[in-house]
Amino acid sequence: MDTETKKQLQIKACMVRMGVIEGVFNAKSGHPGGSLSIADILTYLYFDHMKIDPANPLDEDRDRLVLSKGHTAPALYAALAHRGFFPVAELKNLRKPGAMLQGHPNMKLTPGVDMSTGSLGQGISTAVGMALGGKIDNKSFRVFAVLGDGEIEEGQVWEAAMFASAKGLDNLVAVVDNNNLQIDGSVAEVNSPYPIPEKFRAFGWNVIEIYGHSFDEIDAAFKAAADFKGKPTAIIAKTVKGRGVSFMEDQCGWHGKAPDAGQYEQAMEELKAKLKELEA
Amino acid sequence: MADIIKTATRDAYGKALVELGERDEGLIVLDADLAAATKTAMFRSAYPERFFDAGIAEENLVGVAAGLSTTGHKVFASSFAMFLAGRAFEQVRNTIGYPHLDVKLGATHAGISVGEDGASHQCCEDIALMRTIPGMVIINPADDVEARAAVFAAYEFDGPVYLRFGRLAVPRINDPDTYKFEIGKGIVLREGADVTISATGLMVNEAIAACEMLAAEGISAELINIHTIKPLDTELILASAAKTGAIVTAEEHSVIGGLGSAVAEAVCESAPVPVCRVGVEDKFGSSGPAVEMLKIYGLTAENIADKARKAIALKK
Repeated sequence: MDTETKKQLQIKACMVRMGVIEGVFNAKSGHPGGSLSIADILTYLYFDHMKIDPANPLDEDRDRLVLSKGHTAPALYAALAHRGFFPVAELKNLRKPGAMLQGHPNMKLTPGVDMSTGSLGQGISTAVGMALGGKIDNKSFRVFAVLGDGEIEEGQVWEAAMFASAKGLDNLVAVVDNNNLQIDGSVAEVNSPYPIPEKFRAFGWNVIEIYGHSFDEIDAAFKAAADFKGKPTAIIAKTVKGRGVSFMEDQCGWHGKAPDAGQYEQAMEELKAKLKELEA
Repeated sequence: MADIIKTATRDAYGKALVELGERDEGLIVLDADLAAATKTAMFRSAYPERFFDAGIAEENLVGVAAGLSTTGHKVFASSFAMFLAGRAFEQVRNTIGYPHLDVKLGATHAGISVGEDGASHQCCEDIALMRTIPGMVIINPADDVEARAAVFAAYEFDGPVYLRFGRLAVPRINDPDTYKFEIGKGIVLREGADVTISATGLMVNEAIAACEMLAAEGISAELINIHTIKPLDTELILASAAKTGAIVTAEEHSVIGGLGSAVAEAVCESAPVPVCRVGVEDKFGSSGPAVEMLKIYGLTAENIADKARKAIALKK
């Protein structure tokens, strides 16, 4: 990936992170930790990789993204808003009564949201259904499912994984946001899903392992997935929960908690400083 | 008298899917390793390239159906009622019901008439479960004629529909040449003055016999076939209740949460009359021949007639 593209993505990712903090702070609830860990990958997908058109969010030939880890909607919303699907100002209405931006994604209310999600383990099956639809119709669109590492403790994920490889859905990519933390502790301690790559390989998937905050690695992985034929691809991304806000990084407690006013100021200061540095 | 035609509603479902498959080249049918039993195997034989087996994985089946429906395909997903409405309840609720997707759930082997397989497979809770999902249409056809019409109506309907079919061959009670089906519209099969019997599914045939028994005693029963449990034809039920002043409901389902509950809820809130329910009492099923199971669990014309007498006695 060239330097300028990478820099522009880093700038967008910083703005997405600010949107996450803005939304969760104003809502006084939400899930900042996992939103920040997936922010770089969502930024890459929406600003560089996916074939989408904010002016035509229901285009039948578009690429689709299912945020199976639906609680990290603040990151999805921030990416969609900055990509032009709806006004950035809407992010402040997250979780408010009557708001377009529900606590978890709602495909009928929010332009650019391809599936309603939130109940873990279910989104990947719908992504599999979309990929199957693409194969049936010989369409070239591709489908991305974004999962949490705790989420893959759900049995349905493996039902979907089995089906996707059995039907040869190479137009499907599943991303596992491996930030290693879930509500009750580290995923290793709670009910270890490790080793994750071996599990997906055993289910017949092409597997790529990356560091999920390196745009070079992200870019190489998604391009390799696009070129891989015959099997769906799982991208296992090592990430840092709370990435980009110093006091939230790698802290289980920031899974589902809003910052108070002082913490909000500090988080925004850090992100603004980062943005200024990138734009210099 | 002509021979009585007996067909399981699941057979009518399978045949109707084949007919629809001819009409709509985009129609997709999914199953979960029960194609021979749910009768989607008929569609598989006719259109193998448009049939997909999810294997024994109903949660994923429902999610795949939801995703497929967003790519412009009409989708029917099938399994037994126990696994589709039961095991996959939350998937149906969150990935089909909440986004109001255009997915049809073809649930077979509903109710106690599953027979020998016993309680683990006799689903008497599915109507109750599906009724709680906003926007879900629930259709429980009485015979093969109604089942075919219900499948076509569900296909035309834009949104989620739960179609409830049985394993047991049941007598044809409708005339295929004149039968008209409309989602949400009950059918008055017999007019009466003393009691309203609202029945659904295979209990409609039992209710017809119950009406004859009651007529022999001088009791005039009005019989309504409620094929659509949601949305309920409240207008028709209230009008009939106003006329007769007493209601009996009859369904092959738990007395908790099904047609009986729906009818009671409807009349309680506007024009209360006694409502006596015929259904599976609050207990699990058991193994045995389907016809015997129906008798053992009180799903009979005799029980409907008994409850009718009771409902009439309760009138003020």
